[in-house]
Amino acid sequence: MKVTMTVNGKERSAETEGRTLLSEYLREGLRLTGTHVGCDTSQCGACLVHVDGQPAKACTVLAQDCEGAEVTTIEGMANADGSLSRIQQAFQDHHGLQCGFCTPGMVMAAAALLKDNPQPTEADVRHYLEGNICRCTGYHNIVKSVLAASGQSVEPVAAE
Amino acid sequence: MYNFELVKPSSVADAVSALQGEDAQALGGGQTLLPTMKARLAQMETLVSLSHIDEIKGVCTDDQGRLCVGGGTTHAAAAEALSGYPALASLAARIGDPAVRARGTIGGSLANDDPSACWPAGALGSGATIVAVGSGGSREIAADDFFQGMFTTALDEGEIITEVKFPVPEKAAYEKFLQPASRFPLVAAFVAKFSDGVRVAITGASQDGVFRWTEAEQALSSNFSADAVTGLAAPDGSGMISDLHGSGDYRAHLVRVMTARAVTAAS
Repeated sequence: MKVTMTVNGKERSAETEGRTLLSEYLREGLRLTGTHVGCDTSQCGACLVHVDGQPAKACTVLAQDCEGAEVTTIEGMANADGSLSRIQQAFQDHHGLQCGFCTPGMVMAAAALLKDNPQPTEADVRHYLEGNICRCTGYHNIVKSVLAASGQSVEPVAAE
Repeated sequence: MYNFELVKPSSVADAVSALQGEDAQALGGGQTLLPTMKARLAQMETLVSLSHIDEIKGVCTDDQGRLCVGGGTTHAAAAEALSGYPALASLAARIGDPAVRARGTIGGSLANDDPSACWPAGALGSGATIVAVGSGGSREIAADDFFQGMFTTALDEGEIITEVKFPVPEKAAYEKFLQPASRFPLVAAFVAKFSDGVRVAITGASQDGVFRWTEAEQALSSNFSADAVTGLAAPDGSGMISDLHGSGDYRAHLVRVMTARAVTAAS
């Protein structure tokens, strides 16, 4: 069955089965391989995307359930001129990634947080990122990056 | 995952009729069922998605003052809409992680009845009423009758939860000892003080799933203080879940600790 949804502002379609996950639809159907599949058991958050403005682990959503939805992936995060978004730039500036595998999910989670809470505290950031696992354990700089992206000083975090 | 046909009804009536089919299963937010299916621990011909039924989403107040949460309401939406019952809103706001809360539903959680899930404690601790609709029509099930053991409820085959009605207590709190890897509680206590008595529901501990700790309820009904709980013997650890995260005796100990903390938080 062909499923159509708006992905990063463009209408896209791909063939699916009932069991096709949103992560498979994006990666294999649309070749948008920025959405990473780390655990495939809903634990790690590397596959986090936005579905109708809400964070969702794409490995735990059925593609056919997203027919007609507005989906944003990491490929949709850069600015229109191709430069990095504020959040992506903050991750680069503050070394918020080591191997980079979890980064798409971290950036999408950060974007979801900052949309609802533009000035989060460090505790807010750590709490919100509980569903995203960084196997390099680089959480400290990830938290700094998110705080920097919100326009706040990262000095208190850096001093730890 | 084994393949299946996904159907997406937009009304409760259509969902009930789709569930009458051979080997059909309801899908709430999918945050438990989909991982289970990926592990090939569940298999069905037809999966009936309940995510597109607007009539079972949202929170309202009935003429008895109860907060009525639609079965298809997500944890995140419930957390926002339950400002009239802060302990319950706080329970919803601490389930899993933000992505899980944005998709998982109260109806799915109650129907699944995981022995460590949060909503069963909130429903049993509040003395909620669960509204279920099936081919025989609609019926109301008291939380005391609904939970019948680990992953076992009073729901009949093909019935779906359309609404959960929560009476609002004078005071309440939910205290959760987090198991940080699963984000489920290792043990959690929901304590609610009503004008006619106190209810204490415990999740994460018993091999029989969520239960009321009646000794604590009696003690708290005459003296609503943490001391009333710490003076009690912990429940028997032999019927408690025992795994690499904690022995049955450890969980039994936590039952008392978390109940006392909940009483302090509610006071």
